[in-house]
Amino acid sequence: MRRWSLGAGRFAVTAVPALWLLLFFAVPFLIVLKISVSGMRLGMPPYEPLITWASSLVFELRVHLDHYAFLWQDPLYRNAWLNSLQVAAVSTLLCLLLGYPLAWGIARATPAWRNLLLLLIMLPFWTSFLLRVYAWLGILKNNGLINNTLLALGVIDRPIVMLQTDFAVYLGIVYSYLPFMVLPLYAAIEKLDQTLLEAAADLGCRPFRAFLAVTLPLTWGGIVAGSLLVFIPAVGEFVIPALLGGPDSLMIGRVLWEEFFNNRDWPVASAVAIAMLLLLVLPIVVFQHVQGRTPVVR
Amino acid sequence: MHCAKHYGLLTAAVISLAGCGGKEESAPVPVAEAKELRVYNWSDYIAEDTIANFEQQSGIKVTYDVFDSNEVLETKLLAGRTGYDVVVPSANFLERQIQAGVFMQLDPAKLPNLGNMDPEIMARVAQHDPGNAHAVPYLWGTTGIGYNPDKVKAALRVDAITSWAQILDPASAAKLAQCGLTLLDAPSEVVDSALIFLGRDPNSEAAEDLAAAEELLQKIRPHVRYYHSSQYINDLATGEICVALGWSGDVLQARDRGAEAETPVNVAYSIPSEGAIMWFDMLAIPADAPHPGNAHAFINFVMDPQVIAGVSNYVSYANGNAASVALLSDDVRHDASVYPTAEVAARLHPHLAESQEYSRELNRAWTRIRTGQ
Repeated sequence: MRRWSLGAGRFAVTAVPALWLLLFFAVPFLIVLKISVSGMRLGMPPYEPLITWASSLVFELRVHLDHYAFLWQDPLYRNAWLNSLQVAAVSTLLCLLLGYPLAWGIARATPAWRNLLLLLIMLPFWTSFLLRVYAWLGILKNNGLINNTLLALGVIDRPIVMLQTDFAVYLGIVYSYLPFMVLPLYAAIEKLDQTLLEAAADLGCRPFRAFLAVTLPLTWGGIVAGSLLVFIPAVGEFVIPALLGGPDSLMIGRVLWEEFFNNRDWPVASAVAIAMLLLLVLPIVVFQHVQGRTPVVR
Repeated sequence: MHCAKHYGLLTAAVISLAGCGGKEESAPVPVAEAKELRVYNWSDYIAEDTIANFEQQSGIKVTYDVFDSNEVLETKLLAGRTGYDVVVPSANFLERQIQAGVFMQLDPAKLPNLGNMDPEIMARVAQHDPGNAHAVPYLWGTTGIGYNPDKVKAALRVDAITSWAQILDPASAAKLAQCGLTLLDAPSEVVDSALIFLGRDPNSEAAEDLAAAEELLQKIRPHVRYYHSSQYINDLATGEICVALGWSGDVLQARDRGAEAETPVNVAYSIPSEGAIMWFDMLAIPADAPHPGNAHAFINFVMDPQVIAGVSNYVSYANGNAASVALLSDDVRHDASVYPTAEVAARLHPHLAESQEYSRELNRAWTRIRTGQ
């Protein structure tokens, strides 16, 4: 009897997220998958039905796989994909390098300071993401805050072009996603038992070696969680490169937008989305699986 | 008020009759329309008091939303059930959307103000909408060159920009790079403008024409600051850039903003001597609009000479309403960049809809141009 109620309780607890995933991930995914194998047409909606009923029993199923073949043939999609991966990887690394010391500092601050600092990390979320990216436009532009200050101080005699460059894209992404890196890192570092480091020091371990041997493995979970939270949305990022990036910043989010809006080709746009998801999620699932089996403890 | 209500009922009855016979009306029509209307128009594209005046006159409550690109509007329309009663696509987009079955046919009996429209403009838009069956022109403009005369004089040693060569010729574009040259992020309008400069037909859809335009645009690419369809308004007005391939009314809005600035910035607009693309934004009613009767009433209201003159005076775009010309303010009516002279108007090309195949080729070429690969 006890076992049964435990099972029912477990079921109830997992049913909510499962239902959530079904409604907001599986169903939309299947709709997009369906459109990606439909034929294109000029009409409402702009794709052909997958199944046409000839009578109540006979139906015709037309599956178009040529959209996927098309993605493979045109180097545009591969280049955009690789470029997105590169931008996301560099941004994630920068977030990690900035975020780790930040999270460390917060976790080691006095409780009163800690709450204040955490609040400051989360404070930007109270302003719309879009507005914050627009604010960078005002800061970076040729007669913006930075250039005008430097010009007034006489440091430079001609504005530095910062907007519409890769620099601005990286700055925008790192700025926007840094909290997603800091919060999981903070949670991991905060749980770290300080006495372990003292023990390492007592045993003659230098601080840097102690960091590598003790701190890093014990906060590895936070590093992975933070990196995934930054990396995954950064790959598909559309707004930041569109507003801050130069014309040559070719990212998969932009390509997807163009397929959907400019080419009005919903099937190819859906194929891009599905391919992007598979290429992104499968390696991560494999990675998580491997991570789960081999705990990183030396 | 009572009268207006009666009118609403009558409208609904007529519409449902038309619905039985018409081929394009599939949406069920309610017996009586609520006194509501949802309008979806371009941003910064109406006078401040237009909507309020309509509400006051008709007793219909208007929900007014804005968009900033034809692509966004089109995607919503093709997905269907937008809930909008009046939308304002450009004619080249409208042409294709009519083929997709997006719009209902207008009922001329409910648009008595149609008589105010300029027959020449109606003939031009009939190239997109045969017989003017689905839409009436709202405002129109050209795609030309906005520039800062002071900075251009310093860079090119000329008083005014008069030719596409001054921004599309690589040697000249190189001289403008430092003060800031920008292009619209609108593939067909930039490529069409390049084709006009090259003396080719912008609507040919020929592969060699597209290739020639691409080669030219690739050459000036290193000198282009950015490709964007609205940012140049602000940047021209603040002097952040000196030349923009842009839309007439937008450049004129930049001119007004620049003149009002603390340190005034000069901005001018040019329709180059080789000619330019002329485009129309059209008022149309989606086939599944919830309030088609109110939508007709709104379109008829906008065709009132007084109303549309107020809009043109406010946004610096020309309209297609012959009866409104006398009511325009002098600086709009006599501004050749708003109402081009007959000689210039003869060199304006229509912007016809592209086939799906050409559209894909064009957008692919545009990505190569923008990214340089």
